[in-house]
Amino acid sequence: MDRAAVDTKIRSLIEPFNKKGVTIEEDTTFQNDLEFDSLTVMDFVAEIEDEFDIIISMNQQAEIETYGQLVDAVTKLQAD
Amino acid sequence: MSEGIIQPDQPETLEGEGKDLFSKFDDIIALREGLLSSGQEDPFNLVMEKVLSPTRAICNGRETILLGTYNYMGMTFDPDVVEAGKQALADYGTGTTGSRVLNGTYQGHKECEQALKDFYGMDHAMVFSTGYQANLGIISTIAGKGDYIVLDIDSHASIWDGCAMGQAEVVPFKHNDIEAMEKRLKRIPEGAGKLVVLEGVYSMLGDVAPLKEMVAIAKKYGAMVLVDEAHSMGFIGENGRGVVEDTGVMDDVDFIIGTFSKSVGTVGGFCVSNHPKFEIMRLVCRPYVFTASLPPSVVATAEASIRKLMHGSNKRAHLWENSRSLHKGLKDLGFKLGTEEPQSAIIAVIMPDLEQGAQMWEALIQNGLYVNLARPPATPAGMTLLRCSLCAEHSEEEVGEILSIFEQSGRQVGII
Repeated sequence: MDRAAVDTKIRSLIEPFNKKGVTIEEDTTFQNDLEFDSLTVMDFVAEIEDEFDIIISMNQQAEIETYGQLVDAVTKLQAD
Repeated sequence: MSEGIIQPDQPETLEGEGKDLFSKFDDIIALREGLLSSGQEDPFNLVMEKVLSPTRAICNGRETILLGTYNYMGMTFDPDVVEAGKQALADYGTGTTGSRVLNGTYQGHKECEQALKDFYGMDHAMVFSTGYQANLGIISTIAGKGDYIVLDIDSHASIWDGCAMGQAEVVPFKHNDIEAMEKRLKRIPEGAGKLVVLEGVYSMLGDVAPLKEMVAIAKKYGAMVLVDEAHSMGFIGENGRGVVEDTGVMDDVDFIIGTFSKSVGTVGGFCVSNHPKFEIMRLVCRPYVFTASLPPSVVATAEASIRKLMHGSNKRAHLWENSRSLHKGLKDLGFKLGTEEPQSAIIAVIMPDLEQGAQMWEALIQNGLYVNLARPPATPAGMTLLRCSLCAEHSEEEVGEILSIFEQSGRQVGII
């Protein structure tokens, strides 16, 4: 799956978690813009992991602050 | 989870501004001041002026029933245990002034480890200075860079800190969700080392883990299994060995972690295992090596207490009765509880919100009952809880008294 396809997929997965309807850009942050708490992060990450059949460990999650970084990471992980 | 009832078990990164390194705590300072400005007694600064028994103390000048101490088996004033401690204090002095691997291993430490081996029927036992250090040390030492740790999201802070210290890849799954755990194990790259970390009883809601299913799945994927039995030792299982015993998986679990600061009634932590190479841990586990060993009186009281707990079936039975009658009584009064049925000696009462939870806690303490107030972010799903932990020394009458204090306080605050 190329980056654009991954982006489309994640956009649909994020929708139910984006309670405030924030417009999602490449530099939208999960903590400040989307205000995800740790439980939301866990549920959201689980959705992505199941969809792409990958693991995003907490160590990797710590490096991901923005939406764009997430799409990059998932694109790379599912290609491996 | 969790003893740190005002902060999350999972470590957070706090960001500070400016030059004062303390500015990162400003939000927490404001939260605390907000709570106390309502005239509230500080729930996190209670002083026990006198301790009368495992179930009674004088707090803020009032005689108080203790229902939030984890002193499950009430061993803290057991005459044999107290005597063992006095004798060791007289014979071996106040402290060892040294690490277990240098001058800090006395006869008492070996005898305490033997008592643990006898209690669990396992080949190896290693005593740490605290339960926190037992999890920190074992997890960080066995799971290093490149290994994977799969753990429940509601794990205790000592487990999270052990994961962080060891630098393994950390993969959490939804609380007690067997399927979520299996999915994660399945995706771990072939050849990687795997450790599954579970708790027998989770201390926030007092619920138990489905260990039979989870341990079987962990084994199917070739993972080693570590179970923290801090809140079940001495109480759950025919011989008090914990949820691992109760669910029949003693032989499939690689490591059991426990503590002396709950049912055993003193302080310290341990790991028991049948792993043939386990003894090497004594040389490579930093939280074991780089700290002073427990004082002789502490290991002597622990040993005496553990040996008595082996024969504690009557006390276990009484504690189950207490747990069932408190659970039923609170439910009948109309309180919302953390579990449908009592699963352990912890009964969590769910409060509508933090404000009413704090008011209820204050009403209880003023009416002579101490429980733990637990609140977000330490609690699962943002809940405010009044966490009750029962003791085998609570009499039937005391449980009745506890229920009437809950009823009176609940009406005062308008929760029931």
